[in-house]
Amino acid sequence: MDSVRYDRTGSGPRIPLALKILIAGGFGAGKTTLVSALSEVRPLQTEEVLTGAGIGTDDLSGVEAKSTTTVAMDFGRITINDDLQVYLFGTPGQDRFWFLWDELAFGALGAVVLADTRRLADCFPSIDYFEQRGVPFVVGVNCFDGGRRFNLETVREALDLDPDVPLVLCDARERQSGKEVLIALVEHVARQRGEPVPAA
Amino acid sequence: MRAESPGPQHEWLDDDAGPVVRPYTLTGGRVRSAVDGFDLVAYVLAEPAADPTGHPELHPEHRRLVELTVRPVPVAELAADLNLAVGVVRVLLGDLLARGLVAVHQPTPAAYLPDDDILKAVVSGLRAL
Repeated sequence: MDSVRYDRTGSGPRIPLALKILIAGGFGAGKTTLVSALSEVRPLQTEEVLTGAGIGTDDLSGVEAKSTTTVAMDFGRITINDDLQVYLFGTPGQDRFWFLWDELAFGALGAVVLADTRRLADCFPSIDYFEQRGVPFVVGVNCFDGGRRFNLETVREALDLDPDVPLVLCDARERQSGKEVLIALVEHVARQRGEPVPAA
Repeated sequence: MRAESPGPQHEWLDDDAGPVVRPYTLTGGRVRSAVDGFDLVAYVLAEPAADPTGHPELHPEHRRLVELTVRPVPVAELAADLNLAVGVVRVLLGDLLARGLVAVHQPTPAAYLPDDDILKAVVSGLRAL
């Protein structure tokens, strides 16, 4: 398709580089809160439509008999400079929407997995997903109530994390704290890039 | 747009799944884009001389997309701006692409595998926030 352009040359406005970072974690772990705290714009919501009718047909003839449903995805934007933007995508929380993750994860720079220590097991599926697909990730332990102190080593053991996966305490409501988590992720990605890239 | 409870109960259709809608009415029932695989962060840019009024078959949403993309805007933001599902926006963009009204710039390999300079720029940009 000639009209789909991949180059950045030519006249007209320059096309920025957009990096995707996923914000994952169990339901209620603070994904939307973190996206809100970091986004320079009111967090945007978009929806993906689930429809069984898309499989094997281009046409929804008889549409009245079929139902579609939507899944909301939060996303936010951070402009680094004129040529570089970071998009944050909060992943759908329910396990049954995993198939949407594949689209989100494609080409993503990496992911933040938010863990809620009251329900640590809720973030296991996210960790499994990113491990299996080789998407770099960090785990942010969201300290909602400030009063409780968590031993990071205990959390790391409970999550069975690889030693090189960064684990950081954070407060998803605080922009400063959220920034630190993103920086930890980007630095983790950079460290991984320093190593030999496994064959695709 | 919220339908009454759908006939045979579908296991996906509960409150978590969101409202039951028929968003593809706008696309004339088409669920596939003419060009599949517009990335969520693919930038769309109207062609300089794009004039959707010359295409009476297009919907107001098509025209709005052309208006919004006088500067480069990613697919996900267009969906949010129009309050439409991403899949619907992809179909509409496919229509515009076929008529030469917009260009779609898929993420470059640099976005998928950014080099150290880009990663450093991101870290220092984040620190400066």
